Amino acid sequence: MSTQRPMVELRNIRKSYGTLEVLKGIDLSVERGRIVSIIGPSGSGKSTLLRSVNMLEEVSAGEIWLDGTQVNQPLSGRAFERHINGIRQAMGMVFQQFNLFPHLTVHQNIMIGPMRLKGLSKDAARQRADELLAKVGLTGKGGSYPNRLSGGQKQRVAIARALAMQPKVMLFDEATSALDPELVDEVNLVMKQLAGEHMTMLIVTHEMRFAAEVSDHVLFMDGGVVVEQGTPDRVLANPTEDRTRAFLRKHLSN
Amino acid sequence: MMLDFSQVPGYGGLILTGLLWTILITCLAGAVSILLGVLAAVATLYGPRLVSLLLREVAFLFMATPLLLQLYLLYYGLSQVGILLPAFWTGVIGLGIHYAAYNADILGAALKAVDPGQAEAARSLGFARGATLLHFVIPQAMLSSLPQMGNNSIMLLKDTAVLSVLGIAELVLNAQRAISETYRPFEFYLVAAALYYIVNLAMELALKVASRRAEVVR
Ligand SMILES: Nc1ncnc2c1ncn2[C@@H]1O[C@H](COP(=O)(O)OP(=O)(O)OP(=O)(O)O)[C@@H](O)[C@H]1O
Ligand SMILES: [Mg+2]
Repeated sequence: MSTQRPMVELRNIRKSYGTLEVLKGIDLSVERGRIVSIIGPSGSGKSTLLRSVNMLEEVSAGEIWLDGTQVNQPLSGRAFERHINGIRQAMGMVFQQFNLFPHLTVHQNIMIGPMRLKGLSKDAARQRADELLAKVGLTGKGGSYPNRLSGGQKQRVAIARALAMQPKVMLFDEATSALDPELVDEVNLVMKQLAGEHMTMLIVTHEMRFAAEVSDHVLFMDGGVVVEQGTPDRVLANPTEDRTRAFLRKHLSN
Repeated sequence: MMLDFSQVPGYGGLILTGLLWTILITCLAGAVSILLGVLAAVATLYGPRLVSLLLREVAFLFMATPLLLQLYLLYYGLSQVGILLPAFWTGVIGLGIHYAAYNADILGAALKAVDPGQAEAARSLGFARGATLLHFVIPQAMLSSLPQMGNNSIMLLKDTAVLSVLGIAELVLNAQRAISETYRPFEFYLVAAALYYIVNLAMELALKVASRRAEVVR
C-alpha cells in the first residue's frame, strides 16, 4: 500500500451550541499508527473536537472519516444508530473521569463489550481481559469493584476496557487530569506502551512534556481554530504564533 | 379481661395458611410493582412526550386515591362491564399497580441521577441506546433506589391486609374466621400482628444486607 488512506480524517469540522460556535472549521489527518496531541487553553474546543470524532457530539458541518468510512453519514433513525454503533466499536475512548461501570467488577467492565457486542464467549472474553489487565499492570484485580481502586488503577482499567474492543483508534480526553500527581506516571506509561505498539491515538492533554515525548504531531487550538500545528519540535519547542507562545509560557512556568 | 391463647393452636393451620398467602401476594405484587415501576419510569423519562405526560398523570392518580377504592374499581367496577377477574389476581395486580406508581416516582429520580458519563462510556463502546439503558443505567438506578424501593415493599406487605375485603384468604381474613368461631378477637389479632412484625423484620434485615452490598458497588 503506497497511497495509504488516513486512519482518521476531519474535514472542515464546525460545531455550534446555539449561537456559540466552538469549532470553526477544523481539518486534521491522522495516518495509521500516528499519535496526535491536541493542546490549548480551557474552552478552546479540544474535548468537543475529540468527542466529535466518535459522534458523542454531533457536528454542525464537515466530514469525519475513519479508515475510509464516513462516520457522520446522513442516515436516519435506526440505520444511523446501527452505523454509529459499529463505528464506535472501532474507536476506544478514555475519559477524564474514567467512567468505569461501578456496578460491575473490573473483569465485567472489560468483558461486557466484547461479549455483548462482538459475540465473544465468556471464556474468550475472560482470557482477553486477563491479558489486558496484565498489560496495564493490574493482574489479579479482575474481581475488584471500581470503587476499591485508586484513580490511576481506574484509568488503567478504563484503557483496558477500551482496548478489549480491539479498536483501530484510541481517543484520550485528559486521561490524567483527574489524577493525583503521583498517579499520573502509571497511566502515561501505559499510553506510551500503546504508542510503542503503533496504536493510532488522538490525545487531548495539558501535559506538555508528555505531548512532546509521545506525539508525532501536535495541534494547538484556541477559540475553536487550529492556531498552529506540526511536529512537537516545531510547535512546542519553536512555536511561531504569539498565542502558542503565550500559552506555552503559562503552561511551562507552573 | 384475661388473654387466653389456648384456642390459638387449634387454628394454627388456618393462621399459617393465611400467612403463606400474605407472603405469596407480597412477592407477586412486589414483583409487579417493581417491573411496572421500571417500565413506567423508563417510558416517562425516555418515551414520547405524550406518553410521558400521560404516564405522569396516571401515576399521580394511583398515588392520590385510596388503594381500597382502586381495588373496588378493579373488582366490582370491571365486573359491571363484564370483565371478571378472579379476586386473587385483582388483588395482586391492584396492589402491584398501586405500588408501581410509587416505585416509578423513586426510580425516575434515580435514573436522572445516574452520571451521564456512564451512558457516554457505554455508547462509546458501541452499545445502542436501549442496551445502554438496560445494562448500565437502569441497574445503577435500581441499586441506588434499593433502600426506598425496599421500604415500599414493606408498605406493600402491610397493605396486603386490605385484600381481605375481596375475600382473599390472607392473614387478616383467616384471623377473622378464627375469631368468628372462637370470639377471641384480641388473641387472634395479636397473633396476626406478631406475624406481620416478624415478616417485616425479616424483610428489613434482607434489605439492610442488600443495601450494604449495593453500597460496595457504587
Ligand atoms: N453542551 C454544551 N453546551 C453549550 N456549550 C458547551 C457545551 N459543551 C461545551 N461547550 C462550550 O464549548 C466550548 C469548548 O468546550 P470544550 O469542552 O471543547 O473545551 P476544552 O478545550 O476541552 O476545555 P477544557 O480544557 O476546559 O476541557 C466552551 O466554551 C464550552 O463552554
Ligand atoms: Mg476538555
